[in-house]
Amino acid sequence: MKPETDSTPCCPLTAGRWNPYLAGTGIGLLSVLVFWLADKPLGMSTALSQASGACASLFMGWEKVGQNAYWAKHLPKWDYGTWFLVGTFLGALSAAVIGRRFRIESVPEVWKERFGPSVGKRMAGAVMGGVLCMYGARLAGGCTSGHGISGSLQLAVGSWTFFLVMFAAGVVTAMLMFKKS
Amino acid sequence: MHLAFLTNGPLLIGAVVFGFLFGWLLQRGGVTDYNVIVNQFRFKDFTVLKIMLTAVVVGGIGVAVLHAGGHADLHIKASPMLAIVLGSAIFGVGMVLYGYCPGTGLAAVGTGSLHALAGLAGMMLGGILYALSFPWVAKHILPVGDIGKLTLDHLTGLPVWAVFAVLALVAAGVFRFIHKLEQSRRP
Repeated sequence: MKPETDSTPCCPLTAGRWNPYLAGTGIGLLSVLVFWLADKPLGMSTALSQASGACASLFMGWEKVGQNAYWAKHLPKWDYGTWFLVGTFLGALSAAVIGRRFRIESVPEVWKERFGPSVGKRMAGAVMGGVLCMYGARLAGGCTSGHGISGSLQLAVGSWTFFLVMFAAGVVTAMLMFKKS
Repeated sequence: MHLAFLTNGPLLIGAVVFGFLFGWLLQRGGVTDYNVIVNQFRFKDFTVLKIMLTAVVVGGIGVAVLHAGGHADLHIKASPMLAIVLGSAIFGVGMVLYGYCPGTGLAAVGTGSLHALAGLAGMMLGGILYALSFPWVAKHILPVGDIGKLTLDHLTGLPVWAVFAVLALVAAGVFRFIHKLEQSRRP
């Protein structure tokens, strides 16, 4: 991780990493643009839960998915939210390839320092974390984008609560996970 | 009232373009990196807070201006507080274990992170578990402490612009504090 030396200020398109305030301003302006043009807030987890319905249909069948009280309200389909997910993937892929930052990574540095180089261990952690993330996001009604950014910028009390509780729970989890024993 | 310029086909093309910009900004901002996200929760890297707070202040003021001029609708989520508190606590634990949130995780798959892909599979499983538990959740959790679409301006009785002024000042204070901390840690 050498963010300072990797970025070349002359060519922002190919620079490895942008100033976080610039990236944050970009995301803020993007939110405004999307509210204006598409009449939508930025959000991820609703479309991802639709995708989970598509995954479930592989072993439950579409009929059972359609009968589920939750998926009945969020039917898996190629709608705005799903195409937004496709765009997010393509955008990050392009940025990584153009900035020469595309790397196949199985075990990241910070995890390796604490839990060792085992790929299986990291994958198990990631799967468990993913399960909790999505369950929590659906229970709360949004994630870091839907509540954390879109909800907070509309001054919603529920979204600010999400932001603060999520952060506090994360700090406690990190303390326990990375405690030197 | 539906104020969208884009509908049908163009809306879906717009979705890909907006998503593309979002993914691009996440990667360039550095938050498709597991280490950056986890180190925020260990107070060793402040990229996540800087990006989120800036986005909220800039986006919030922009959307408030559009809304005041009648050019945008707000989309505030209903707030069942018990579900939000439980859900965000579970989410916080999951985010540190995964090292990503749903958006940055999906974006990180695009940068070559295989463990982000494993977590994406986990997220699918989490979505399925939520849908299967939904009838119980809807009966016992969602009705508790529903405050509707309450916003900070209504809660405090302040006008929207004053709330944003306070928010911008708080953000500036946080950024100043972070800057001093980073200076003091520099070797």
